[in-house]
This record gives sequence, C-alpha cells and structure tokens, in this order.
Amino acid sequence: MRRMLVLAHLTLHEALRRRVLLAALLGGVAFLILYAVGFHFVTRDLAHNPRTTLVEKRFAVTMLTLAGLYAVNLLSVMSAVLLPVDALSGEIASGSIQTLAAKPVRRAEIVLGKWLAYVVVVMAYLIGMAGGVLLIARVFGGFTPPNPAAGLPLMLIEVVLLVSVSIAGGTRLSTVTNGMAAFGLYGLAFIGNWVEQIGTFVDNPAARNVGTVAGLIMPAESLWQRAAWLMQPTIMRELHATPFSPASVPSPAVVWWALGYTAVAMLVAVRGFAKRGL
Amino acid sequence: MSELAVEAHGLRKRFGRKLAVSDLSLSVKQGEVFGFLGPNGAGKTTSLKMLLGLLEPTAGRASLLGAPIGDRRARARVGFLPEHFRFQDWLTGRELLRFHGRLFGIPERILASRTETLLERVRLMDAADRKLREYSKGMLQRVGLAQALVNEPELVFLDEPTSGLDPLGRRLVRDVIHELRARGVTVFLNSHLLGEVEVTCDRVTFIKEGRTVHEMAMGAAPAATEVELRVGSLDADTLAGLARLGELVPSERGVADLPAGRAAATAGSLRMRVADEQSLPEIARWLVGRGVPLYEMRTARQSLEARFLEVMGDDQAPG
Repeated sequence: MRRMLVLAHLTLHEALRRRVLLAALLGGVAFLILYAVGFHFVTRDLAHNPRTTLVEKRFAVTMLTLAGLYAVNLLSVMSAVLLPVDALSGEIASGSIQTLAAKPVRRAEIVLGKWLAYVVVVMAYLIGMAGGVLLIARVFGGFTPPNPAAGLPLMLIEVVLLVSVSIAGGTRLSTVTNGMAAFGLYGLAFIGNWVEQIGTFVDNPAARNVGTVAGLIMPAESLWQRAAWLMQPTIMRELHATPFSPASVPSPAVVWWALGYTAVAMLVAVRGFAKRGL
Repeated sequence: MSELAVEAHGLRKRFGRKLAVSDLSLSVKQGEVFGFLGPNGAGKTTSLKMLLGLLEPTAGRASLLGAPIGDRRARARVGFLPEHFRFQDWLTGRELLRFHGRLFGIPERILASRTETLLERVRLMDAADRKLREYSKGMLQRVGLAQALVNEPELVFLDEPTSGLDPLGRRLVRDVIHELRARGVTVFLNSHLLGEVEVTCDRVTFIKEGRTVHEMAMGAAPAATEVELRVGSLDADTLAGLARLGELVPSERGVADLPAGRAAATAGSLRMRVADEQSLPEIARWLVGRGVPLYEMRTARQSLEARFLEVMGDDQAPG
C-alpha cells in the first residue's frame, strides 16, 4: 500500500509536468474564456429582447449550460484516454519499468499507483472545468441546472472508466495502438448512442438494439447521456427538444454496468501486467 | 540461509519461435564476484531478467538468496543496475535515489544520509540537484549504480555497468565492485568487456546460444603455464632438449619459428607449455648451460580473451 502511494506520488508529479496536461489545461482555460464571453452576450441579448418569453430564455440558458458541460465532457474524455495512454507502455518501451519492477514491489502496486494518480488528475480536471461552466452559467445566466450532485458523479465515473481502460490497454498494447483502441471503443459508444436515439425516434427496434449493444460494449457515452438528462428541467426532458434530452434515456443500471466495467478493466490490467515480460 | 546467492537449473525462455535462453544452469556463491560472459545476443540480459523476476521462464527453476525467483522479500535484498540505465529524466539525481529508497521502504532519516553517501561514492555530489536529462551517459550509469545500492543489497546484478563510461568511470565501477566484495556482497556482473571481467571477477561462466558452456575460476593458478622464449641459435638438439622440459606449442605469431627437428642456427622465439613455474629456472639453467643466448623469457597466462574465443569458437559472428 505504501509503495503504491510512493508510485502514485511519482506518477502524479510526472503527470503534472507533462505537456499533454498543459495542453489540456490551456485548451480548457481557452474554452472557459470563450464560453464565458459567449454566455455573456447571449444572455445580454435575451435580456434586451422584449419578444423572448421566459420559457425561451430558460431554454436558451439551459441549452447553453448543457452544451458547455458537453464540451467539458469531451475534453475530459480526451484527457482520460490520452494522459495515461503511455503510463505503462511508455515505461515498458523505455525500459525504466525494469528498475521499478525489480524492486520489492508487487506488479499490481505499479498498475494501481499509476491508475490512482491519473484518476486524481483527470477527476480534478473534470471538476475544475465543470465547476467553471456551472459558475459561468450562474454568474451570467443566473442559472444552475437541476441535480448537478447527481449528474456530475456520473461524468466522474465516465472518466474513471476511461482512465482504467487506457491503463489496462497499456499493459498489453503499445502506446499508439492503445490510444487508437481506447478512442475506437469510445467512438463506437458515441455513434452507437446516436443510432439508438434516432432508432427510438423513428421507432426502429433494430437501430435501438445496436445502440444498446454499443452502450454495453463501452458505457461511457451512456453515462454522459444520463448525466445530461438528470441535469435539465423536466419540461425539456419531456419535449426531447435538445440533443441532450434523449428519446431513449439510459437506465440507472448503466452506472452499475460502468462500475463493474471499470473493476473488470482494472482486473485485466493487474492480471495482464503481472504476466507481462518486461 | 542457503550458501548460494544465485542458483539456476535448466532455465529456458522462448519468445514465440525464438529460443532466447535454452538451458541456463549456474550457481553463484555468496560473497563472490561472478562474471557472466557471452557474445551479444547470447541471452545474458534475458537470463538476468528471468533471475530478477522481470521475465517468466518458460521452463526451469531458479532461486535468489534461497528464495524462488520473483519472491518479493528476496528482492528487497537485491540491487539491480539495468543495461543503459534510464529513468524519469525530470528527477534530480538526489530525488531519484530518494524515490528508489522509498520503494524499499527505507526510513527517511536513514535514506537521507545513505543518499548523500552514495552520491559521494559515485562522484555525483556536484550534480546531485541537476535533472537527469542534463546528465551525460556516464553520469546516468553512475547514478544507476547508486540506485542499485540504495538498499545495501546482499546481491547486486550489474548489466553491462561500464558501458558508456570513460576510463575514470570504469575505474570507479571497478572500485565499487571491490568494495562490495570486501563487504561480502555478492556481485553478478553481466559483461562482454573481458578486460573488466578479468580484473574484477572471482569466477566466470560463459554462455553461448542461451546455454552455459564453460565455467572457470579467475583467481586460481592456471593448470599449466605457458612460457615465451626468445633465444639465439636454436638448433635441433636444443629444441629436442626443450621438448623434454615442456611441450612446444605454436606461438601467437604463428607456429614456433623453428619447427622441431629442423636444424637452425638463427635467433628465434618459441612458446612452450610447462607443468608449473618450477620448470622455468630449470629451462633457463639448461639453456645457459648449453651456451644458448637467452634474450627474453616470460610467462604468459592465457588471457580471458583467448579463452573466450576458444570457448565460443570461430563460428560466432561478431555481435
């Protein structure tokens, strides 16, 4: 346990020094600034336009907030996959893992130490970014979406899931292959989810099933869909008026599925790395 | 506790269709400096990795310090310097040693003083707070050596420790190995620099195509001594007389300049193998007694390099 924390500490330091994190942070800050400026002008226009109804104003602000959270979701997904993508494969390739693995350290401690560090970094990133969006919505739009305490944890589970998949892939695959595989899985879920929404809309059971299967293969996007559904007013959910109020809402079971998925991914990571020749 | 620091029986490692190590059996006594020799690609590093638990053997068994390989408690008493040592290059030398010490669970106070001692020992005190990315190849190797000693191990594996080092650095490594030996630490030295091995090791094992093929003690007196003679006026009788005192052998410069049995009166040199050193004064006395001018007489122990080439054979392509 102590050794795992020593390793997590080193990895945390390493992650914080990396250019890819810096890029994610700069991209995030740039996004938040743009977002704040946009939000400011939209709400100012809405306030000055006498013909917009209260419902329309409410709709616009909600839509903007959800769009902001969606952007945060995408940035966090990218960070969750890319930051740890070479955590193990990179060290295996450079050979520095040999010095570590020859120490009286369990292989599992190496995997879990790295996982822990990246989970902390990516969660902090998501919390900071989502917090920024919510703050901007509050300050400029006087709006706070309903149930953030229920929605945001789902987004956190989503990034933890993707960090785990990225770490697990790194025990077996090279860095580039691992990145491709993780994004491929995410892309599958992303497209699958749209197929499911459209299938539900036009009442095509086959398309719906495709989406459901895709969501089972990689539940990340379903978690976001459910989070977004939770964080909007009932009226908008009912109207299916935005891309964030899906016709087919992922069931609460998706959370359990994702948690189980994460556990299995980590089990695969620990097992795979234990047997891996270094 | 077992008297053997390292023991391996029939270790084998297969990567797909390639057999990297076919049959590795060796034993290293505690407190011994053991040289593991072989041409590039013979399976030295693979063998080392199996012993350290980095690679799982396909077959065979081995133990370190009496525990089966992979045992974590045994690994706590082992140090390892990999070939071409590399680590997170944003760490400073001092941070690197501290980090590795923490992985051994060494208490901070002890670790702090040990870090300083080691930095001093590998002459990196001035660079202790510089980042590893600013280190030269030799400095990296030296900080890697310090890293391998941070837990005061009973057994140290050094994989080509002098690669990338200048003569001063090589000297430093050699001195460290001598100090370790003096402290009773077992050193497992993986090297293809035969000169280094010759001056450091107590015993060497040769590995060829993934198989241990030969073992020899370095310190022990050679079974036979060779002597090189440079004399004037050799004739058949002199040669025949010398042949009674020892065995005439082809010299390094070809065959003996004067084949036995052919009369000659010119100066020449020849090489002969004698049973022991006691034969040398006898040869000198005999030659002088016959009036043969003796210009030079020196014993030539077979160098490790010569032995290496003999064991490996000529079929080896240079690695």
